[in-house]
Amino acid sequence: MAEITLQDIIKEENLVYKKSKVMTDNTLSYCPGCGHGTAHRLIAEVIEELGIQSETIGVSPVGCSVLMYNFLDIDMQQAAHGRAPAVATAIKRIMPEKYVFTYQGDGDLAAIGTAETIHACNRGENITIIFINNGIYGMTGGQMAPTTLEGMPASTCPFGRDIELMGNPLKMTELVANLAGVYSVSRHSVHTPRNVRKAKKAILQAFESQKLKRGVSFIEIVSNCNSGWKLTPRKANEWMEENMFPFYPLGDIKVDGQLVTK
Amino acid sequence: MEKELRLMKGNEAIAEAAIRAGADAYFGYPITPQSEVIEYLMAQQPHKRTGMVVLQAESEVSAINMIYGAAACGRMAMTSSSSPGISLKQEGISYIAGAELPCLILNVVRGGPGLGTIQPAQSDYFQSTKGGGHGDYRLVVLAPASVQEMYDSVELGFDLAFKYLNPVMVLADGIIGQMMEKVELGEQKVRRTPEEIIKQCPWATTGKPESRDHNIITSLDLVAANQEKFNIKLQAKYKEIQDKEVRYEMINCEDADYILVAYGSSARLSMKAMDILRAKGIKVGIFRLITLFPFPSKQLFELADKVKGFLAVEMSAGQMVEDLQLAVQFKKPVKHFGRFGGVIPSPEEIADALEQKIIGG
Amino acid sequence: MAKIRGAVVVDVEGCKGCGVCIPACPSEVLDLAKEVNGKGYNYSFMKNPEACVGCANCAIVCPDGVISVYKVKVA
Repeated sequence: MAEITLQDIIKEENLVYKKSKVMTDNTLSYCPGCGHGTAHRLIAEVIEELGIQSETIGVSPVGCSVLMYNFLDIDMQQAAHGRAPAVATAIKRIMPEKYVFTYQGDGDLAAIGTAETIHACNRGENITIIFINNGIYGMTGGQMAPTTLEGMPASTCPFGRDIELMGNPLKMTELVANLAGVYSVSRHSVHTPRNVRKAKKAILQAFESQKLKRGVSFIEIVSNCNSGWKLTPRKANEWMEENMFPFYPLGDIKVDGQLVTK
Repeated sequence: MEKELRLMKGNEAIAEAAIRAGADAYFGYPITPQSEVIEYLMAQQPHKRTGMVVLQAESEVSAINMIYGAAACGRMAMTSSSSPGISLKQEGISYIAGAELPCLILNVVRGGPGLGTIQPAQSDYFQSTKGGGHGDYRLVVLAPASVQEMYDSVELGFDLAFKYLNPVMVLADGIIGQMMEKVELGEQKVRRTPEEIIKQCPWATTGKPESRDHNIITSLDLVAANQEKFNIKLQAKYKEIQDKEVRYEMINCEDADYILVAYGSSARLSMKAMDILRAKGIKVGIFRLITLFPFPSKQLFELADKVKGFLAVEMSAGQMVEDLQLAVQFKKPVKHFGRFGGVIPSPEEIADALEQKIIGG
Repeated sequence: MAKIRGAVVVDVEGCKGCGVCIPACPSEVLDLAKEVNGKGYNYSFMKNPEACVGCANCAIVCPDGVISVYKVKVA
């Protein structure tokens, strides 16, 4: 048997994975290893697989992912800081047959946009909220976020978050899970293949449940911020596993409108 | 056809006008003295009458961002509030102006600053006509002086908003919002279909078909040179609005020596003051501003050649008077008379002010 | 028994050299190159191409979507 060469393998008919067509060719503006890119790609893959590119309107936040509209080849609106759930509420109410999602960081969703998030969730808007939690303000240069862990340093808490001084980290995801308008809540990560597959499944289910008018599907993705955490990409992922996951445990929090009891 | 007449509050009239104009959405938050707008809408169940979406938001901030979302889909969206609530909306208004989206914003002005009072005022003139939020932008500002004009401002406002892709503000006050007058209602317009909206607003985020690139609604450009270019484009638009959209009414100005310049409720009060002064043999006319931005600077500049002086009458400590002074350019004396903080001036006070500040001055 | 052979193609200029793909690979195929791309990143490459089974784990964790994966069954 003749040895097979790389040229024999790398042929169109043997392709098993490539970037989704719903992603544009623009180079992502994120730092090396940042989970935003992976999260974007999962949303794009779900849109492509469901065949809803022409039916989907996304809302990007203020923060690192403000330019998300340059990376996803769908109609998108850029919302003021924290206001994405209000913007998405209007889009969905005037076009209930469309798929509408927001993509928000921790500063956007859990600090300045707390009211918009809670009320859109409580009203049970038929939207998908994707919440990227890396415990820090990335774009503005690593300041403390509402989700910054106790003891975790940031540029506005250089000696670590002191609960006495700065208050507690906010578990927004558990909070919204208690609201009647919220249908499903789960927490994921996108740093390993296994976690990526789970996160994608959750996003897929969230989009599907929009069609059934079940209310908000809320997906938190605990992610990294190598630049803000001042770690290499791989070290940042290890740090995330060791420090973020114990406080923000991955898994289902609300399924089919019912809180998951552990 | 027989006219459809109804006795209505200004706030109710503008709400009914929104339904009849075929508006797609209203988002708001209650605040005195304009809560009748959303109360009327909710009672009318416009989702049944026309399919219009009406939602009480959790805050003015949220409401204006709902407007952003709806306007970005090419919809006719309207919000309303009163002074403190309009202050809260400024972030969203700036984004709407920066993203070049059409919408209608009603401000039923009350006395300020701060929580102020719930009585009528005109002290939000600067905020409305000079931008209000951050950045170099302008709103088209309409100043209704009757319940009928409140009603009519909806269709005119949406026309201007979609023509220039710019937010339009209806700057009323507590008197115009709360008083009842006879209104002639227009016919119910059919709301545009989604297909018509796509045709009229090819920029809207209505879902990207294969046939076009994706639409993006944003006010962000990280390249300063591009942002400057965009700002220059905005300024050109405001210049065009200034050239084409000035609206005003001149009453008894042909033979007048003195002109009362006013808008909204102040213009109505000035009518009575004019009668008092004319009865005394003083030839007084009224220049009523209908658009506050664009301001009729050219017309007032020309009028200055024919008269002896101007009195700006406004329920503020003196805001519109600054634009009047700029317009008249020291050709003739320009003075201000105002009561404010929720106090309504009497026609006698206005007449006295003209006699003392302009004629006597 | 049929053997699976895979191959990955990295868009060298798009790769930011984060290295997240390296631990994602069950067969230790990938490593960062000593050379850099136009942006100065040590890009990912197949150090042990024979070991690749085309599982696509590297590609699905790649934040920049610069990895394409191919797979064939070899008789």
